[in-house]
Amino acid sequence: MLKRIRTISAVLFMALITLLFLDFTGTIHTWFGWMAKIQFFPALMALNFGIITGLILITLLLGRIYCSVVCPLGLFQDLISKVASRNKKNRFYFSKAMSWLRYGVLILFVIAFIAGFGSFVALLEPYSAFGRIVSNLLAPLYQLVNNFFASLAERMDSYAFYEKEVWIRSISTFSIAVITLISIVVLAWRGGRTYCNTICPVGTVLGFLSQFSIYKHRIDTSKCNSCGLCAKNCKASCIDAKSHTIDYSRCVSCYNCIGKCKKEAIKYTPSFGQPKEESVKEQPVPEKAMVSNDQIDSSRRNMLTIAGTLLATSAIKAQGKKVDGGLAFIEDKKIPERQTQLVPAGAQNLRNFTRRCTGCQLCVSACPNNVLRPSTALTSFMQPEMSYERGYCRPECTKCSEVCPAGAITAVSREDKSSTQIGHAVWIEKNCVVLTDGVSCGNCARHCPVGAIVMIEMDEDGFDSKKIPTINTERCIGCGACENLCPARPFSAIYVEGHTMHRTI
Amino acid sequence: MSENKNNKNNIGRRNFIKLLGGSAVVSSAALVGFKPKDEERGGTTLSLSQKGEMTYRQTPSTGDRVSLLGFGFMRLPTIAGNSARENANTIDQEAVNALTDHALENGVNYFDTSPVYCRGESEKSLGIALKRHPRNKYYIATKLSNFSPDTWSREASLKMYYDSFKELQVDYIDYMLLHAIGQGGMNSLHRRYLDNGILDFLIEERKAGRIRNLGFSYHGDIEVFDYLLSRHDEIKWDFVQIQLNYLDWNYAKQINKANTNASYLYEELQKRGIPSIIMEPLLGGRLAKLPDYLMGRLKQQKRDNSIASWAFRYAGSFPGVLTVLSGMTYMEHLQDNLKTYSPLEPLTEKENHLLEETAKLMIEYPLVACTACQYCMPCPYGIDIPSIFLHYNKCVSEDNFPQSSQDENYKKSRRAFLVGYDRTVPKLRQANHCIGCDQCSHHCPQTIKIPKELMRIDRYAESLKQETL
Repeated sequence: MLKRIRTISAVLFMALITLLFLDFTGTIHTWFGWMAKIQFFPALMALNFGIITGLILITLLLGRIYCSVVCPLGLFQDLISKVASRNKKNRFYFSKAMSWLRYGVLILFVIAFIAGFGSFVALLEPYSAFGRIVSNLLAPLYQLVNNFFASLAERMDSYAFYEKEVWIRSISTFSIAVITLISIVVLAWRGGRTYCNTICPVGTVLGFLSQFSIYKHRIDTSKCNSCGLCAKNCKASCIDAKSHTIDYSRCVSCYNCIGKCKKEAIKYTPSFGQPKEESVKEQPVPEKAMVSNDQIDSSRRNMLTIAGTLLATSAIKAQGKKVDGGLAFIEDKKIPERQTQLVPAGAQNLRNFTRRCTGCQLCVSACPNNVLRPSTALTSFMQPEMSYERGYCRPECTKCSEVCPAGAITAVSREDKSSTQIGHAVWIEKNCVVLTDGVSCGNCARHCPVGAIVMIEMDEDGFDSKKIPTINTERCIGCGACENLCPARPFSAIYVEGHTMHRTI
Repeated sequence: MSENKNNKNNIGRRNFIKLLGGSAVVSSAALVGFKPKDEERGGTTLSLSQKGEMTYRQTPSTGDRVSLLGFGFMRLPTIAGNSARENANTIDQEAVNALTDHALENGVNYFDTSPVYCRGESEKSLGIALKRHPRNKYYIATKLSNFSPDTWSREASLKMYYDSFKELQVDYIDYMLLHAIGQGGMNSLHRRYLDNGILDFLIEERKAGRIRNLGFSYHGDIEVFDYLLSRHDEIKWDFVQIQLNYLDWNYAKQINKANTNASYLYEELQKRGIPSIIMEPLLGGRLAKLPDYLMGRLKQQKRDNSIASWAFRYAGSFPGVLTVLSGMTYMEHLQDNLKTYSPLEPLTEKENHLLEETAKLMIEYPLVACTACQYCMPCPYGIDIPSIFLHYNKCVSEDNFPQSSQDENYKKSRRAFLVGYDRTVPKLRQANHCIGCDQCSHHCPQTIKIPKELMRIDRYAESLKQETL
């Protein structure tokens, strides 16, 4: 019963969190956005003390059920592990806790965090690792399926689906996601929750707490026949059947052992009113195979995802050729070299942002304008940054600030956003089509949502010359409409330089 | 014929299938004709055969039997192959002769010219073409086109009048018009015709028989029209030439603020029993090149008829209309128009309603008159101009064009507009990338101010995106 509740809620959690990363329309976020916000580390980053206290209290009461229900990476490992168990029953065995490694990684993690080395923090943090895997590997596939439906809908004159541009936002983050996925799969395939009990800093912290939890698995030595079935099915490898002890710092409260024990010798009971150790009976019982059909062959899915992504890129190229017919070729924009990276309004300042962001990619998945992508810079690796080659930070959109669970992008209203200066535009004379092509333009000024660009006469004292843009940096909010809509290619004649401190204008 | 009849009687299963196949081919050919490129006046895929005799109307004052199709000599073919209105090349007299001959052969007997048409060459060209036919086979209409202030004097005006006789090589003129009264208001009318006594002179000339019918053509200030009609009892206008088509009928003001609804003009003339001669039945070609959606609706009704034919049938269906002028440059124009009026098939009530609706859609909704001819393409900055207009027109005609967030189906139509926009036009080729360099506009045969329209559409799309409607 306990196990069933645990499994169902865990599957729900994982499915919905996965959908949070996949759904680009924002519908799921409206209802289940909170699931990302109750993730331990992001909540800690967001200084969401209510949630942190709640999670700590739950752990102190029930053990690490966070790890087996709320954490999507945890359940993902369970799925892998379950598939592995189909081929090999009773494959687990008790192993000693590698405390030095666990606490070592935790200390490194804390040091990296204090030192502001966010990428290392992001690399290890479980929810973010899961987010990267989904947003980099699964989301493109999801979008391709969506695009298929969109093309069907188009044929039926329906507007139920619309096409979504599929692109890899950062090769390095994509690679990290692949490597993380492979490592997690290998670890889970071999030893179940190895990652959670050796590397995961959240697991270590919660593991430390769960040693003192009120509800615990307890072996009734009077019933136990020391068959070891529980240990063989413990994916956390924390049950020592010989000594009838459980390492509670590693137990993730999955309740698998309770069901496995034929003697009903394992109970999940509160610490008060416990009888002390009793005698042990021996009676080996044949076990039943546990096979479920709804398991997913992850390695195959993984391969399909990669194939799908490759397919997606070639599809984009083919489309590029198809539309060229009677139309002028449009060169792709290139990313200008920005001295300071651009981060969304709500980030407040770069220091706050890089410190709090866990690199989960939720904002990247949510960005409807193709502005956010993971950074490749060493200091902010995998954390999102903005660039305007494919779109600009549209005035009506505050998606990233709505979804961010870590407080790296705090919630802003449309009004807040349009008065927050995240950077300022810079005009590059040599690229401007007014000079290179000798045409009238002014597209930047026309599309500036805050009227920060004024077209002035090119000649000092002329009044009938071509007009060039000039930027009122006091008014500019750095949204990038000018940069994105500038006809100069591949480098725009106007680009946005980031600010380390965002300010209200 | 008898063989055909035999076949008909002996229709076996195989033949039946053959017939079916044949008709399928025909209908698919008709469908091919839907492509906008072919959709010029009298597009080549349309059958050009006439059904019967030209329709004629009679003038009350002189009893002239005038063909419903009148030949306007304003857009004569040139040796460069296009119309003299579009370039400054020499008129292709041989082509003019061929057109004139074909028109006369098929019952057209009204030829309209002016001393100013085709840089002053039109009258001469018409004179040459008609000289080869008996004088009693046709009616010539010309005008006293003393627009320029240096022709306002009595002498200069008279010279212009007499020159017309010389150029046309005739000793009488069937229809003489005061040309384009209304432009310049009453002041201009006084200067051109009243103060210098030219109107009185022309009335005298009519008495003398050198002018058989006297009338005027009207554009612009309605005061002048009303004034001249108020003097009808005294002057006895034989006819009046007005601009009439299914747009100008009720929406003249929306097209050109200076103009007046054709419904008013026509009714005023009807009240006084004055026959109307119709100019601009196609509104400068605009009604021959409708936006695709509107075109499709008309084609659905009559697959084999050109879009222009609807406008001609519209104008011709008014019983008070004497003749409908068409400036025909090409033989195909002439053939298509002959087909329309030989004989006229008056609009049914349903068809009339359809045209009223078409006009309404064209006016009430700010459609862009783009015919997707692609002349503006490629845009050097990669904008897909025709596709943007196509999508916009589609949304406007299909009512996916919310005007306020309070509209009943705002959400649905907003989505249809925006999702459809991204589907029809790749993001990089949308209107927001138009820089307004205006290298396109002068290529547009519809004289659409392309950047202006693109920016208007962009502003609209932007207001939908930002939900600021």
